[in-house]
Formats: sequence, C-alpha cells, structure tokens
Amino acid sequence: MKGPKLCKVIEKRLLADGVYTLVLDAPNVAKKARPGQFIHIKVPKDKSRILRRPISISDADCEGGSVEIIFQLVGEGTRLLSAVKAGNYLDILGPLGNGFTVPRNVSRLFLVGGGCGVAPIKFAASKFDHVQRTCFIGFKRGDDIYELPKFQKNSDRLLIATEDGSIGHKGLVTEILEGELKRNLPDLILACGPVPMLKVIQQLAGQYGVSCQLSLEQRMGCGIGACMTCVCAVHGDEGDYTYKRVCRDGPVFLSWEVMLDEAENGC
Amino acid sequence: MRPKMAVEICGIDFKNPVIAASGTYGFGSEHAEYVDLSRIGGIAVKGLTLEPRKGNPPPRIAETPSGMLNSVGLQNPGIDYFIEHQLPRLTEYNTRIIVNINGNTVEEYCRIAEKLQEKPVDMLELNISCPNVRQGGMVFGTDPDTVYDVTRNVKAHAGQPVLVKLTPNVTDIKEIAMAAEEGGGDGISLINTVLGMAIDAKSRRPILANVVGGLSGPAIKPIALRMVWEVSQAVDIPVVGMGGIVTGEDAIEFLLAGATAVGVGTANLISPTACMDIINQIEDYMKENGVEDINELIGSLIV
Repeated sequence: MKGPKLCKVIEKRLLADGVYTLVLDAPNVAKKARPGQFIHIKVPKDKSRILRRPISISDADCEGGSVEIIFQLVGEGTRLLSAVKAGNYLDILGPLGNGFTVPRNVSRLFLVGGGCGVAPIKFAASKFDHVQRTCFIGFKRGDDIYELPKFQKNSDRLLIATEDGSIGHKGLVTEILEGELKRNLPDLILACGPVPMLKVIQQLAGQYGVSCQLSLEQRMGCGIGACMTCVCAVHGDEGDYTYKRVCRDGPVFLSWEVMLDEAENGC
Repeated sequence: MRPKMAVEICGIDFKNPVIAASGTYGFGSEHAEYVDLSRIGGIAVKGLTLEPRKGNPPPRIAETPSGMLNSVGLQNPGIDYFIEHQLPRLTEYNTRIIVNINGNTVEEYCRIAEKLQEKPVDMLELNISCPNVRQGGMVFGTDPDTVYDVTRNVKAHAGQPVLVKLTPNVTDIKEIAMAAEEGGGDGISLINTVLGMAIDAKSRRPILANVVGGLSGPAIKPIALRMVWEVSQAVDIPVVGMGGIVTGEDAIEFLLAGATAVGVGTANLISPTACMDIINQIEDYMKENGVEDINELIGSLIV
C-alpha cells in the first residue's frame, strides 16, 4: 500500500540566493511523477514542526529512480530542509496532486514560471517534449535565475524577464507573455508562480481565448484531500462559489474555474 | 497469544480502541488508499450539517509549536449527500461508523439525527464544540443548561447511541460532562480543539483568514489528558479521549486516564497511516508489558 517512505538524499545544491535543490532516491515517486505534482515532506530534525511541507517536483528520472525538488527558504521548516546533506533520509509522501494535463490536440505550448513557480515549469518543459514549447521565466533579479541551461535545452524558445533588467526583458514575465500572445497564440498555457502573476495570466488567457492551467499554492495539511484546509475558491452554479482542495483537486486548476481575486479566497 | 484489544462503548463493540477523529479523515475514502479501514476501530466522519456548507476562506491552517490551528468552518456536502454517496462506500468496510453532527439550532441537530435513524450508522457524535462557526458549534457546548437541552432533544430523535463531543474552552469541564450525562448522552468524547490564534509579525496580520482557529496536536495533549481524567471520574458513561495523540503510548496514557477508546486526529495529517501505526504500537506496548486485555488499562492510573 501507499504511504510515507524514507528516501535518501543523493545530492543537495544551492541554486541561487535562498533557493535549494535536492535530488532524492525515490524510484516509486519517479515512476509516477507528473509535472505539477508535489511531494509532501516531513521537516527533518524537529518534531515540533508537525506539518509536512508540500514541494513541487522539478524533475524525475524514471530509469535512475530519482526525483528532484527545488525550494525557496521561507521559514524554519525550509531552513531545516536546506540543512540536510547527501546521505541523509527524508520522510516523504507522494507524488500527490493532479499535475498538468496536455491534451492530444495540443501542439504549441506556452510554459510560464515566476520565481519559485519556475520549478514545476522546468519539469513540464522536459516532460512535454513532444510538443513545441515556448518557455517564459521571470525572476526579481538576474542573480535569482537558476537552471538556465536546462531551460535552454528543454524549450524551443526561451524568454526571460527580470525585474532589475539584468537579463532579458526588464519587467514582469507577464509582459513578455502578453507581447508574444499578440503575435501568435498557443494551444495551451501552463503557469505557476505568485498569485499576482497568475491573476494576470488568467486575465490574458481569457482575453486571448487560450486554454490555460494554473498551479496554485496554499497552506496545507494532510496533502491527500481529507482535512479540507488547503482550499481555493472556484466558480460554482449561478455566480456562486465552492471551495476545492488544492492538494487533491489541484494544485493545477483550469484557469477559468479558479477565483484568484475574490475575498472568498482570502486574497 | 495476541492481546485482546476489543472495547465496548455505549453497547457497541469496537475491535480496537482507535477511532479516526472527525475532520481529519474526511469520509474515509482518501485514507483508504493508505490503510485497510477494516482494521481501524472506528471512523468519526467529517462534521455534517443539514445543508451543504462552504466553510471559511483560506488560509485555514497554521503550524504552531508542536501543533496546528485550523479554521475549516465545517465545509461539508450536507447530510443528504453523505447518506446517498459517502455512507454506502464506508459501510463496505468492517469498522464502526460514527457520524459527527452539527447544527445552527437544536432543531437542525434533531433533524439530522432523524435522517440517520434507519441508516447503517453505529453512533452519533453530537458536535457542540466546533470553534470555527458563528452559530451553533461551541456556543452549545459552553453552558451546562444548553448542553443538557441539546443532548436531551437529540437523544429523543436519535436511532443510535449519542456521544457528546465537548469543547475544552470552558471553565469547568466536569459540569459540562455531567450535563451531557443527565441529558441522556450515552458517552462523552473530548477534547475538541482549543481556541487559539497565530500572527505573522512581518505582515502584522493573522495567519488564518478567520483570525482565530482551533489548536490541535501534541501541544494540547496535557490539557486533553487532564480533562479526560476529570471527566471520567465525574460521569458513569464511557469517555472517548482525544487531543494530540500521535503514538501508541499517547493512546495508552488516555486509556490510563479513564478513556475507553481514543480519537486520533491531527496525527492523520502528519501521516495517512497514523491510525494503523498507533494500533500496532498499542499492541506492542501490551505485549511488552504483559497486558492481555486492553480493558485492564482503562482508568488504571496509579495515583
């Protein structure tokens, strides 16, 4: 039966200021993992931090049996996670969540990642290699950029935006996305990043009539869909709304269904 | 020889004393992917109301030292949907089904109990302790007269034994428990969560959208043990103890304090196999300590 597994850390690297990657020996996760899915990791060495941390899968090697994650330091839990060494073990659950879906009729894909949301987009770029991929990645500073060679390798076109202007377009990733949408439309947009970025992409997808899937984040409990804590508001019948579970019904939602800017969503 | 782990609560046999606590196990289907539900003593399903409830806006959860706060606000599909879609699946397992019921008014509690009268449900858990709803919930559980009244009314409409689930957010828990017993409650379950709050100093905002929520997890275990101890001495009806149980030894401590069975809640969020792990650890404890029948442990605290 499924359940939490202890997995060996094969490698740990600092990718950028406050951004780490871990490669884990987790053959069962690697076999099943789809872009957009996450693993739920117990905080090592501190039993007082009782909740697992949901972290996106940024790559999976089916044959080698390894899984890669990328995470940003946001608090003490992620700091403890960043302190693990190769050879240590982590208690993980997963892969969890639905992941991105690329239907058969899609031939042109736009992949958009901002900040830490770049991690699942990286996995999507390498996994969905049967379609034409244009990747848009955005960071605050040029120094924050990570995994550039992997993006260069796994995309047909790569467009970069930095808010400090040191690399690529000076400004937001959504600005280069809009510029591109004016010229040519993809069959599908997949996006992950901060809520303000997702809001703009949701609006653009609607305006240009392009299907779009957004990967969301939320403070999470069980990770399997039982505790109802990690919800987001989605449109219901007749202008009403309901709450869906980010861990189980998501983290990937159809752009038109999620309500990102509603008071109901605590934003 | 395997130790005897069966207990009886309000005339119902449980194969072991471990019950998945309401709100942490949904309606069982998610955890069924991780454990054989037929090995769990019982499952208290997610709190149900007469009509579907949306619940509170997110964030609904915050980690705190050795615990967590939640403010789900009883999001549930309503009693009718449960009876039609979720209960049939749950009855495929050989486990006791406890339905946690909630209302804004005494009448609502009674109508839910009526709807469940002829249904394959083993017990009702009268939730008068939810801290995350404006009406009903904890409001009913903090005054002895109201506790007596709602218990007596629900009993008159219930087809199954009624466990009254108490809130710890009261001055004298014994007085509340005695009111539930006088009202005809068949058993007591406690504790529900402790009202709490978490603040993000950087943003100067509360972490929960609901501002306040219910604290659970190991942080509240000492409070829960004390209350189970007090209540089990104050009433003659059985007590189901819960609050921060994450290991078999935690569960044993509650039995020693006087609980006949235990609820496992927050631990299910830490690991989906928690209930099963705890059952195995209780069995190990019994073998290691020469306990042949779990009933020997109940209320056997040496003071």
